[in-house]
Amino acid sequence: MAGFTNTPNSPRPRRSSGAILVEFLGSMNLAITLLVAISVAAIIGTVLQQNQPYPDYVRKFGPFWFEVFERLGLYDVYSAGWFLVLLGLLLVSTAVCVYRNTPTMLRDMRHFRLDVQDKSLRAFHQRAEWQAPGDTPAVAERAGAVLAAQGYRVRAKAHAERTVVAGMRGSWNRLGYLLTHVAIVVICIGALVDGNLPLKLSERLGHIKVETRDLPANQIPPESTLATDNPAFRGSVRIPEGGQADFVFLNVRDGFLLQKLPFRVELVDFRVDHYPSGQPKSFESDLLIHDPELPEPLKHTIAVNHPLIYKGYAIYQASFSDGGSELTVMARSLDAPNLDPLELKGAVYQNLKVVTPRGPLTVEFIDFKPHNVFPSEEDGDRFTDYGPSVVFKLRNEAGEAMEYLNYMAPVSLEGRHYFMSGMRATPAEPYRYLYIPMDANGSLERFFTLRSRVLDQEHVRRTVAAQAEGLIPADSDAATRAGLVDSIVHLVGLFGRGGMDALVGQVEKAVPEADRNQAMESYITVLQSVIGSIYLDQLREEGVLGEQGVSEADAQFFDDTLEAFAALGSYGSPLLMQLADFRHVEASGLQIARAPGKNIVYLGCVMLMAGVFFMFYLHHRRVWVSVAPGEHGARVLFAGSGNRDRAEFATEFEGLQRVLMTATGTAEVVVQKEAQQSCQ
Amino acid sequence: MSVTSEAMKDGLTRPAWWRRLGWFDWAWGALVVLASLYTSARYGALMDGFEMVILAGTVPVTLGLGWMWKAMRPYTLVVALLSLAAIALYGGELARGDSNFFLKYLLSSQSAIMWMSALFVMATAAYWLSLFMRSEFTGRVASALTWCASTMGFIGLMVRWRESYLIGPDVGHIPVSNLYEVFILFAVITGLMYLYYEGRYRSRAMGAFALTVISAAVAFLLWYTFEHQAHEIQPLVPALQSYWMKIHVPTNFVGYGGFALAAMLGIAYLIVDRLEPASVWATRLPTLAQLDDVMYKAIALGFAFFTVATVLGAMWAAEAWGGYWSWDPKETWALIVWLNYAAWLHMRLTKGWRGRPMAWWAIIGLFVTTFAFLGVNMFLSGLHSYGTL
Ligand code: HEM
Repeated sequence: MAGFTNTPNSPRPRRSSGAILVEFLGSMNLAITLLVAISVAAIIGTVLQQNQPYPDYVRKFGPFWFEVFERLGLYDVYSAGWFLVLLGLLLVSTAVCVYRNTPTMLRDMRHFRLDVQDKSLRAFHQRAEWQAPGDTPAVAERAGAVLAAQGYRVRAKAHAERTVVAGMRGSWNRLGYLLTHVAIVVICIGALVDGNLPLKLSERLGHIKVETRDLPANQIPPESTLATDNPAFRGSVRIPEGGQADFVFLNVRDGFLLQKLPFRVELVDFRVDHYPSGQPKSFESDLLIHDPELPEPLKHTIAVNHPLIYKGYAIYQASFSDGGSELTVMARSLDAPNLDPLELKGAVYQNLKVVTPRGPLTVEFIDFKPHNVFPSEEDGDRFTDYGPSVVFKLRNEAGEAMEYLNYMAPVSLEGRHYFMSGMRATPAEPYRYLYIPMDANGSLERFFTLRSRVLDQEHVRRTVAAQAEGLIPADSDAATRAGLVDSIVHLVGLFGRGGMDALVGQVEKAVPEADRNQAMESYITVLQSVIGSIYLDQLREEGVLGEQGVSEADAQFFDDTLEAFAALGSYGSPLLMQLADFRHVEASGLQIARAPGKNIVYLGCVMLMAGVFFMFYLHHRRVWVSVAPGEHGARVLFAGSGNRDRAEFATEFEGLQRVLMTATGTAEVVVQKEAQQSCQ
Repeated sequence: MSVTSEAMKDGLTRPAWWRRLGWFDWAWGALVVLASLYTSARYGALMDGFEMVILAGTVPVTLGLGWMWKAMRPYTLVVALLSLAAIALYGGELARGDSNFFLKYLLSSQSAIMWMSALFVMATAAYWLSLFMRSEFTGRVASALTWCASTMGFIGLMVRWRESYLIGPDVGHIPVSNLYEVFILFAVITGLMYLYYEGRYRSRAMGAFALTVISAAVAFLLWYTFEHQAHEIQPLVPALQSYWMKIHVPTNFVGYGGFALAAMLGIAYLIVDRLEPASVWATRLPTLAQLDDVMYKAIALGFAFFTVATVLGAMWAAEAWGGYWSWDPKETWALIVWLNYAAWLHMRLTKGWRGRPMAWWAIIGLFVTTFAFLGVNMFLSGLHSYGTL
């Protein structure tokens, strides 16, 4: 770089240092260094996951290293300034190299070196010398004819006392060199065009501001919006069925930019086909392109691997997601089970407010799936569809939220049917599932009736009183009885509202360490008998309690119910949300790109492929026949060289030599053999 | 290209290349052309433009291979006939794979591939044995075994292709779609490449080294089969349902094959380099000059095809991911491999480096390549939707 430091008034060193600069730029060492350096940089970019949300990086590296790495641009290596500089250097270096080598290469292709001296020919690794009958011009002409017949381009020149015939083949090999390296330059140029440096620059200079808040498209400020004249970009947009978009989002580091399009894309329909195994088989989007310049909207269906190219904008099927499916949900209060369920109408990505005894809640619908295909328990090869499911969050006033995954249809486990609802506090942890048993007619009625009675103090009190004999020692006086009844009623209420957690809490509060287990057991026996008899009454009312007593299924139902009650304590929601109805709306994730440099790059690629094959599979070979008067007429000196594969050229040379000798009517060979030896 | 006998009688008349083909060459040409004509006549109606182009393309390639490397003719014929036989035996019912004797024990893709594995391992052993025992005969056996292994492997792929369609028309696809399938491809291609150089240099001494890397691949293949049931034919994810895959992947594996071969020869080079020139072993093993030469040729071939493969990959990416270059880890590692060998070639061709450093570099190159081929799928996340172990 010394070249730039010179002042105009010192021309000589300037010229020389300019030469040094060119020398340096075109040097093989720089080339190799660059190839290696770029490889290393590229490796960094693959080992460190690129363009992740910045908080993730902070978590991974800690604030200090996060800062350092961000300065180094390691979160987006491939558009980091220093990386682009490396590529630029490679471009320059290759260009300079081509510039410096082209003349020699072209000369190599054209010039036959007819003035070559005999003594330099004798220095060749491949050479032979012999005597031939006939005068020099005749022999020279014959030799030339032979070489031509063997596919060589031939020139001849008569010097004072000798005639030199020069032949050359495979000079396209040199062309190969040119093609390969010009190709590198061309490809780099194309890449730079698509790399859209002006945009990167004005973004670095702050003329364009990367938006990091997540805003809807229509609220994005102009300084984060790019006009349709932006030549090169690659962005993505999510369009729900029936929706339209005339923009895409470009991800930039930890934020994005909004890129306007000169047309509107409408998603008419999106389809996913599945293989029997539930794996996706194809994604297809039926698109309508609305463009003022079109007589009527352009209809086209794109799929993975089948993009639509419109006006140089390529529209690709990239992903899919829910497009805001409309949902009808029955919310049942777990605190006041006797209340009628509340019908909620909402949609994915929408929020609803619900008022509950525990205060207002926000229902945030997050996702909907029409199918949930899993390997079936019976045998892993077959698959069962667990039907529609909805994911939503319930957020309280304090802003704390629990996430729920509820299946619409009852799930069957070991032949019994349950309403299944998973819950978790953070997406990081797995769902914990609540199984509520379904009654004979596939509803939750029986469960909720029982629950409402268990939560109804008066009902419980009556039951306890009725079966007091069994529970309370007969000899105890009225006061103690009342007290005991109260505490049992309290216990049942506690369990009903707070589930197993509350029970445990109670025990830990009231009972000394030593006899907690035993206390727990007695609590549970009491609960079972009380809730049991409430359940028996219910069965009687349902008229399913015959002489033969409680049926297998009903007994099972009771156990499941108790389990559900126990679990409800930590369910974290006063509402049980049952998906009642839905209208599935899908959204298609489109990627829209504009790459004017693409064809330049492809041109470069073609040159590269051709060039490499030329270079490897066309060998540039030169041979000379120098004929001078000799004792039997003419002395023939034959020598040659190839720029690849010694062994191969050696065999060819020997073949040529034999042909030449027969053609020049010579049998015995002089000099050649020991000459061959001497240079081994 | 050496000079032919009639030319030597009189150097002035050098017949055009087509005059120098023997009748067997012409028979070969006729056979290939007729076969493709028959195919297009019989199945043309079912083929789309792309498939027609591929069919047309196979004619010159098969012809050229057969003319350039005579051994390709019997090989191609045997593979074709046995594959057709297998397809005929299946007769449209996958179940026959278990009932029919020949399918069950020889030609169903699974058994063909098992045969390939066994034969490659045996061949490796034979090559080493022939080195130690210095037995020409064992050497010939080893070559024969390698030929058979490559044949069975190729048949296995062909039949697997058919089987995938027997599972279901929408499941059917060319067997280059996951790690298991490409490992077979790798073994076959590397095997054939080695056999080519063996014929070209009339020396079996390189076999022990070349076959060792193939056996390693086979070992992985078997582990993968038994650990992960990888041999089960899976339907294609949408991203892979592209004709680009059909040319991109095989081209890539010519590259990988060349690089692997070069690395093994590099090892051989370093060994020979440490031996006394006069020692027994030095006389049994290939000469340094030959190793250096073949190493260059293998890398050159590999580099040329890898270049094409990478370009094809970019074109595919442009169609599937919306950009010809996304710096996806797999892509990036392909670039790294490519730059690495570009640097290697420069050192050899412009700086005239030879021998030890280049041998070491070729070996390291194989590690880089292996990471690009396996490591990326195992350790790095990316858009490439197949090959995760
Ligand atoms: C990404 C950058 C480059 C690539 C991929 C590349 C590729 C190649 C390839 C494949 C060959 C063929 C080796 C052979 O002849 O068989 C080659 C040869 C050569 N390259 Fe590069 N090259 C690059 C950059 C450069 C640069 C920057 C220079 C200038 C210093 C350079 C100078 C040469 C020379 C002098 C040859 C030998 C040509 C001959 O004698 O056949 N290359 N290059």
